[in-house]
Amino acid sequence: MRMEVSAERRENTGVVAVRGRIDHLNATAFHDALKPYLEGCRDGNGLVLDLSGLDYISSAGLRIFMIAAKQVRTGNGRIAVAQMQPLVREIFEISHFHLVYEIFSTLDEGVAALGRAVEITAA
Amino acid sequence: MQIRFWGTRGSLPAPLTTAAIREKLKAALAAAQGIRLDTPAAIDTFIAELPFSTSSTFGGDSSCVEIIDGEDNHLICDLGSGARRYGIEMLGRYGPKQPQTYHVFMSHLHWDHIMGFPFFPPAFIPGNRILIHSCHPEAGAAFRRQHGAPSFPVDFSQLPAAIEFVQLQPGVTSGIAGYRVTPLLQRHAGDSYGYRFEKNGKCVVYSTDSEHRTEQSEETEAFAAFFRNADLVIFDAMYSLADAVSVKEDWGHSSNVIGVELCQLAGAKRLCLFHHEPVFGDAQLEDILRQTRRLEEITRDGAPLEIISAWDGLVIEL
Ligand SMILES: [Zn+2]
Ligand SMILES: [Zn+2]
Repeated sequence: MRMEVSAERRENTGVVAVRGRIDHLNATAFHDALKPYLEGCRDGNGLVLDLSGLDYISSAGLRIFMIAAKQVRTGNGRIAVAQMQPLVREIFEISHFHLVYEIFSTLDEGVAALGRAVEITAA
Repeated sequence: MQIRFWGTRGSLPAPLTTAAIREKLKAALAAAQGIRLDTPAAIDTFIAELPFSTSSTFGGDSSCVEIIDGEDNHLICDLGSGARRYGIEMLGRYGPKQPQTYHVFMSHLHWDHIMGFPFFPPAFIPGNRILIHSCHPEAGAAFRRQHGAPSFPVDFSQLPAAIEFVQLQPGVTSGIAGYRVTPLLQRHAGDSYGYRFEKNGKCVVYSTDSEHRTEQSEETEAFAAFFRNADLVIFDAMYSLADAVSVKEDWGHSSNVIGVELCQLAGAKRLCLFHHEPVFGDAQLEDILRQTRRLEEITRDGAPLEIISAWDGLVIEL
């Protein structure tokens, strides 16, 4: 089971790409890989998770998504997901995670929305 | 082997309301527009084609599930409020003069799982034998307390049936009424236990009031092994996954999503959603069933897993 996490920075918004499959065997490794980016996502900063390369996510992976959302919101950051594959999007919806995460069709939309949020927070 | 559900609701009985029945009637009458319903057969056909949530109800009694094997053994999982109707059926079948032996398997001692016992008619029939199997050493005390004043007028010691408490050990398989019965410790306030029943090449797992931390891979593999190749897994699917891992974390319950995953890992044949949230109406439970079937379809990797949602009165043939 391969899973990869990599990051780039766009203006005030971090973008973290998540690729592969996340299940009960690698969810803890996924959490560890995500932690450094979550720590920087506070005080108005935004983080968009680019899920275009994510092929499957199980409940164990979704639990990490829940922990991430809680942590970021506690620190007044914003987190969203973008470019989900249809399968992952359905898993999100059946699990009611569309009520937890803002979902954007494209990365640009996600970055723009969270970028604006930074400006609004700053004003 | 047959499994009959006498109570499927979690936490508290949830009777159907007048308002909910009105909604069903309105939906049925709306669906009947333009359809000839001038014979009883035409009416029956029309009703059979209505959505389950319009024609029927999941029911409101709390946990009680019967295992039937055609050999006059009486096995019951939990004694929630559904045990009342089960006991009335048994009294009707055997009357007061044909003593029977009942084997009860207790997941745990929370009130929704024991509240049916004071209203369980076989306990009031002399000659009946009721063996209450449990992994909780305090099972006897919990049942006696429920019968004690000021909660109930008939003290436990006055019940005419012979009632015995049998201590089981998690992970240890016992031979009971021709079944191989194996309990497993589950994550729940005060602990709960799932039971795996095997007989004549058939296997049913009763696993309710159980929270799962699927990211803990050893625990996940242990449940997959417990459910391995089961013909039916009766599973606590009370909450949505998002609720189960956030606001309702540590409340001791699981979700439909985790049920599908564990049954897929286990190669089980059927998953039965159980211990329904009392707040949910029939339409919502039907929607959860539809979504769960869809999840199974899009994540299937191998043989299909049949998804069922339990309702009071449902019989599943294994
Ligand atoms: Zn319960
Ligand atoms: Zn409980």
